[in-house]
Amino acid sequence: MAVRHKSVETKYMEQRDAVLRGLRWLDRRSFLKAAAAAAGAVMARGLMPPHSFQLIEIANAATSKDFGTVGHQGSAPFRIAYISDSHLYERTLNQRFIRAIVRAVEDVNALDPQPDFVLYGGDLAQLGTRQQLDLGRQILAELKPPVKMMVGEHDWFLDLGDAWQEMFGPPNYSFDWKGVHFVVLMSVHEKDFWTARHMTPMERMRTVAGLDNPIQSRFEVGEEERKWLAADLAKVPHTTPLVVFSHSPLYKYYRDWNFWTEDAEQVQALLQPFSQVTVIHGHTHQMLFNRIGNINFYGMLSTAWPWPYAPQGLPPLTIQMNRADPFDQLDGCGDGQFMMRADGLVDTIYALWDRNPVSVPAGYLLSGGKSDRPPAPQFASY
Amino acid sequence: MHRYQVALLLAAGGLVSSAGMAIAPRVLNAQQPVAHHPVPATKNGNVVVMLCDGKTSLEIKGLKPGHTMTHDQATAVARQLMQKWQRAHPGELWQMAQEEGTQMRPTTTEQGNPSPNLPSAPNQPPSGEAPNPVPHPANPVQEQVQGVPVHRQAQPQQQGDTYASFNQRDFRVWQAETQKFVEYGKRVFHSDKLLGGTIGVSCDMCHPDAANTHPETYPKYQVQLQRVALLRDMIEWCIENPVKGATMSPNDPRLRALEAYILAQRKGVPLNYGKH
Repeated sequence: MAVRHKSVETKYMEQRDAVLRGLRWLDRRSFLKAAAAAAGAVMARGLMPPHSFQLIEIANAATSKDFGTVGHQGSAPFRIAYISDSHLYERTLNQRFIRAIVRAVEDVNALDPQPDFVLYGGDLAQLGTRQQLDLGRQILAELKPPVKMMVGEHDWFLDLGDAWQEMFGPPNYSFDWKGVHFVVLMSVHEKDFWTARHMTPMERMRTVAGLDNPIQSRFEVGEEERKWLAADLAKVPHTTPLVVFSHSPLYKYYRDWNFWTEDAEQVQALLQPFSQVTVIHGHTHQMLFNRIGNINFYGMLSTAWPWPYAPQGLPPLTIQMNRADPFDQLDGCGDGQFMMRADGLVDTIYALWDRNPVSVPAGYLLSGGKSDRPPAPQFASY
Repeated sequence: MHRYQVALLLAAGGLVSSAGMAIAPRVLNAQQPVAHHPVPATKNGNVVVMLCDGKTSLEIKGLKPGHTMTHDQATAVARQLMQKWQRAHPGELWQMAQEEGTQMRPTTTEQGNPSPNLPSAPNQPPSGEAPNPVPHPANPVQEQVQGVPVHRQAQPQQQGDTYASFNQRDFRVWQAETQKFVEYGKRVFHSDKLLGGTIGVSCDMCHPDAANTHPETYPKYQVQLQRVALLRDMIEWCIENPVKGATMSPNDPRLRALEAYILAQRKGVPLNYGKH
């Protein structure tokens, strides 16, 4: 095709970069002036947001009214940042995903106050090679706060976790911090689909890396790890706030894309006795939240690309994020924060890049969607 | 979901490459058991071909093994075979008469894969059931009434025109061809190599099962391009930008197959051009 579209995108990106450079030292009055000018230019071209670039005022990420108060347990609230699903290739092949994770690292390092620690949510590598994992390790080493690592299927299925464990240690572990019990799970085990098919390690890896590839098995925590989890939780009083990190959602959202954990119900049963439970997961690359029993679930954003919402099974409490603009490589991506409240629940901030951040207070899930409702999207999924 | 695959069989003594022969041997799924029909021995060292009934055969004068026929010769041979069959079956209509070995068998994809939808033939139910036989005056339709087969005379239908001559086998062949094209599109969609990408990115990474490609909404004004875009324009844009591949010609089989795959994934969704 003779028509090349690239120039339009380039123009668009250049325009935005210029405005952003000019914004760096603006006070509020000048900001409003610049924003009005940009909006005027947009109107003059007959374009309407959100497809064209327009300045919006990005307030400091809103925190829930409960954050910052000291609850009856007396534990001090604290903040956790996260970065997830960066899907790095080797440095020579793909710079785009590197730029994205570096941006997330800069975001986290710029947080004031600094988070107590950073969760890395899994899928650091795209195809699990040592080079990819090592590249990720080097980038994450730039983070100022301590990092807690979680493994994803893209990190695992080339060598079944050898390189990852060598670099980052065991894939499932627990720790206590400021009165909260944290558990990190390896939730992306799969039943052996590769031996009978005589797959090479890379074929196995590529099969798992294909979200819509039906040959692979469904994710599971597995019996052995569930036993470990039961034993770990047996030592913890049920009144202790509990936060579980898993790469896959610990519930059944959409089987065909492995937005799914096969033994989710059994894992949930182990968590239900606790009075304050939060599950935080990666893998789904979208704003996603759910409540089952007394468990609050939050999905994390990816730095690499957003996934579309699945055609079925979206939790009714989830409020979709606006569609991602394909012409903006970082739109729909981002990082985020969890504000650990004094009452042991979590308020979540989706720090979507180039957009207003979206805050999801725990009260929204607790009330079954009746209060603290996050803003609705203008353009939900097709 | 059940999928049907058709195996059209022609046993041909050493002859597989007669270009254009509608009865060329074709096995779409090597794992299915294929009926074996040995071809009679040649008398004069010529190639012997057999009709897919597994019985009617013909020695082609002057065609030695390893040689190929022109399209016209092959057409003439096919016609001779059919005439021979017709002489042996006076008054009968050739209509998938040789069901043995050519039965459509439902095959399930792995774990109920939401593979591209199989296009339905006009008079075939979209479900996994066997297609209805084409009614024909010479072919009474057999029905099951409370488990008892009942014969009834079908309504007379118009004959003699192009469409009246299509039968179930034709539909199956077309379906198989369409499905092959869609499957190729699926492979391209999932392969940065086939797409010509340079940074390891393929379409499925953002669009699993072609989700969020909404082909039914084109043409529409694409504000970032500042013009009305077709689905194809957006595929091209994605190949050039996120995938970082080279521009494809509009007639590139990969581009055409991609379009086929994307459309196949949205079967049944009403067209709604201009939707945002």
